Amino acid sequence: MVLVMAIGDLHIPHRAMELPAKFKSMLVPGKIQHIICTGNLCIKEVHDYLKSLCPNLHVTRGVYDEDARYPETETLTIEQFKLGLCHGHKVVPWGDLDSLAMVQRQLDVDILVSGHTHRFMAYKHETGMVINPGSATGSYCGMTYDVNPSIVLMDIDGLRVVVYVYELIDGEVKVEKIDFKKTSATT
Amino acid sequence: MISDGVEDEEKWLTAGIAGLQQNAFYMHRALDSNNIKDALKYSAQMLSELRTSRLSPHKYYELYMRAFDELRKLEIFFKEESNRSCSIIELYELVQHAGNILPRLYLLCTVGSVYIRSKEAPAKDILKDLVEMCRGIQHPLRGLFLRSYLSQVSRDKLPDIGSEYEGDENTVMDAVEFVLQNFTEMNKLWVRMQHQGPAREKEKREKERNELRDLVGKNLHVLSQIEGIDLELYRDVVLPRVLEQTLETLLGACPQLQPSVDIKTVLSGLMERLSNYAASSTEVLPEFVQVEAFAKLNNAIGQVIEAQADMPVFGAVALYSSLLTFTLHVHPDRLDYVDQILGACVSKIAGKGKLEAKATKQIVALLSAPLEKYNDIDTALKLSNYPLVMEYLDDRTNKVMSNVIIQSIMKNKTHISTADKVGALFELIKGLIKDLDANNDDEMDEDDFKEEQNSVARLIQMLYNNDPEEMLKIICTVRKHILTGGPKRLPFTVPPLIYNALKLVRRVQSQDDNVTEEETASATPKKIFQILNQTIETLSTVPVPDLALRLYLECAEAANDCDLEPVAYEFFTQAYILYEEEISDSKAQVTALYLIIGTLQRMHTFGVENRDTLTHKATGYSAKLLKKPDQCRAVYACSHLFWVEDQDGVKDGERVLLCLKRALRIANAAQQMANVAKGSSGSVMLFIEILNKYLYFFEKGNTQITVASIQGLIELVTTEMQSDTSTSDPAADAFLASTIRYIQSQKDKGGATGEKFEAIKV
Repeated sequence: MVLVMAIGDLHIPHRAMELPAKFKSMLVPGKIQHIICTGNLCIKEVHDYLKSLCPNLHVTRGVYDEDARYPETETLTIEQFKLGLCHGHKVVPWGDLDSLAMVQRQLDVDILVSGHTHRFMAYKHETGMVINPGSATGSYCGMTYDVNPSIVLMDIDGLRVVVYVYELIDGEVKVEKIDFKKTSATT
Repeated sequence: MISDGVEDEEKWLTAGIAGLQQNAFYMHRALDSNNIKDALKYSAQMLSELRTSRLSPHKYYELYMRAFDELRKLEIFFKEESNRSCSIIELYELVQHAGNILPRLYLLCTVGSVYIRSKEAPAKDILKDLVEMCRGIQHPLRGLFLRSYLSQVSRDKLPDIGSEYEGDENTVMDAVEFVLQNFTEMNKLWVRMQHQGPAREKEKREKERNELRDLVGKNLHVLSQIEGIDLELYRDVVLPRVLEQTLETLLGACPQLQPSVDIKTVLSGLMERLSNYAASSTEVLPEFVQVEAFAKLNNAIGQVIEAQADMPVFGAVALYSSLLTFTLHVHPDRLDYVDQILGACVSKIAGKGKLEAKATKQIVALLSAPLEKYNDIDTALKLSNYPLVMEYLDDRTNKVMSNVIIQSIMKNKTHISTADKVGALFELIKGLIKDLDANNDDEMDEDDFKEEQNSVARLIQMLYNNDPEEMLKIICTVRKHILTGGPKRLPFTVPPLIYNALKLVRRVQSQDDNVTEEETASATPKKIFQILNQTIETLSTVPVPDLALRLYLECAEAANDCDLEPVAYEFFTQAYILYEEEISDSKAQVTALYLIIGTLQRMHTFGVENRDTLTHKATGYSAKLLKKPDQCRAVYACSHLFWVEDQDGVKDGERVLLCLKRALRIANAAQQMANVAKGSSGSVMLFIEILNKYLYFFEKGNTQITVASIQGLIELVTTEMQSDTSTSDPAADAFLASTIRYIQSQKDKGGATGEKFEAIKV
């Protein structure tokens, strides 16, 4: 059982002051094995904070990220799943599932995690999932109205993954979960 | 010289301890053989060591503790003794025969303690006796320790309520009387320490007095432990005596003080102790009012500062700082008191020019106190003298203090809600907002500077008001201030302001439907966009074209949502101009271009002409990117500009195909170049990507995309991959494989989709 947190689009300090307190109190160092971040942190302080929660931090470059060294895309294998990560501003049309599915095919991954739209989304199809963890701070986005802060936690166990999405709605954290099972092992 | 003194002290201390221990030995031997007379003789001799004048308080304390231990043992012995032969009254008599007064008094206290315990006489009488007799020692150091001893041995024998020593004759009042008197006498001795000795040893005396402060203070502690003291007693007896005592004594002593005496420590210490007292027992607070503590203390400080005209600034500020702490504890609601103190500070520090480090440190402490207490910048902003004090800080200290203020706001999550308050706040923190001293070449560490500006950015997030008009005023106020920041700061401070404004646009755009142009309300989207435009323009002074371009596009998107076509077009124009004229770095161009394409793709407010112009330009930029692969990808991204899934969205199949074909040509050219340059054809990745785009539009129902064209592409790719000259690329292989799988899965879906895809042979 491997816990992977997907988080992104924090936009600190341009659009948000800090991670919501209720999320901060949930995130305890040492509990999560991997953090994958879609990008737009934007400053080193946020990077350091995430790193303190978990040393296995993977970040892809968002539009406003201070650090130019983050890669455009990243892939990693966890248990039987191949995960792909990218910010998503280069996938046009933005937020379009089919275009994202193309990226998923290109990276040859089971789960593609991308951001940019600030809207949480988890889409299952035959061969995999496309997940958008939304904006962890609920920051402004031209595309999306009424953004609630959200983060995603994936519990990967062999061929099965349970996706938990935590959304902060009206000051309360609401959780939803989505199950996904792979039909066959990664070749 | 000093080291000699210290060495000597060590010698004397050692000698003293030796003497003490020797006599203690004989004393115990006498006790073992029940020889009271001898025991007393040796104990007196032992205690004589405490008659020395040669030790500093620190060393004297060491000697005292040894004596204390021995006296404990003596007391235990006497307790049993009284059960045996000589009566306690006789013992009390006997110890008074000791030759020297100091040993005599120590022994009296010891025996007195046993006496009280025996209950053969009322506790109050014995206590009164002892506290009076101790007057015999007027030497400050010895007197203080002696009275401290008295306090210690009598602690558990006070006739408090519920204690075994209470009775008709012994009441709580007596206990209080005793402690107060002891305290009063100790205080007098302590104050007297200032006067003694030559002026050059002032510092040494100060140090010594500091060490003894606690001895005096312990009495207050004992007082606070007496259970039987109720509010009335506190109010009528204890408090007035304590305050009166200290204040009157001090104030009385003040005129006699030599200027070089450090009265500030005395007053500061006093106020600190009173503050802690007030903090620990809140019932006494009203009594402070009655006693007019604030007025008395304020006066005292004023007098002292006046009397010592050359008191260093930090000294005066420290005094006011202590008074402020006191006030915040005792009169938290009296903002006028707080303001008064700040005002007094201002007059003290005005005209002193550059302040030294100690002084500025004190001032920062002074200014931080109200923030910590009130947890609300609003209250601090109400203090009229607060900004005045800040005026006198040098640049660096202003920055430090500004940071303290921001941290306080962020910690307490206070939302600053009016333009006036925002203005006042930004005035206060101007050290962070702009360069105060034009000649200041104080090179700040880059990381520190970033952190500093980022905290200002965060602060901007905390400014909010529900009323759009007020919010707009706030935005304008902030804008005014941050524009004084210069090119260094704008990249940090402008973005958060832009986003604040965009959020405001969202809030008003729904209301906009009900508002006509004639209304005087100025918080309209149009108005806000004007301000946004002007603000982003200022970034050209830095310059940061990448950032400015992004912000223009964000505004364009927002304008699109408000259906303000001309405004959106204007923002796009600005963005394009920046792209053409200012952004020359290849990587930056690619990023900027995707943002342009992505944003443009979502625009629904443009009429055909405008849209065409912008789209044409975008595709042009795409084809002109430096690297062929970038060109290819940007061009096929542009295909989406001609196909929008919305209800009224454009769906121009032909132009989509044109884009894709153009992308293909570029991919081909890329292959050829690779052949020429590297001897082998490059990766087929681009072709596979284009294939996927074909499939995308095919699926969406673009009739221009035929099965034949898709088939052709698939063959092209497979051929290339199998050819000898191709470079093996596992990523491309995987991509093709997954693409084929996708086609298969579409076929398997059945229905209309299945039929469509059926024709494709894989």
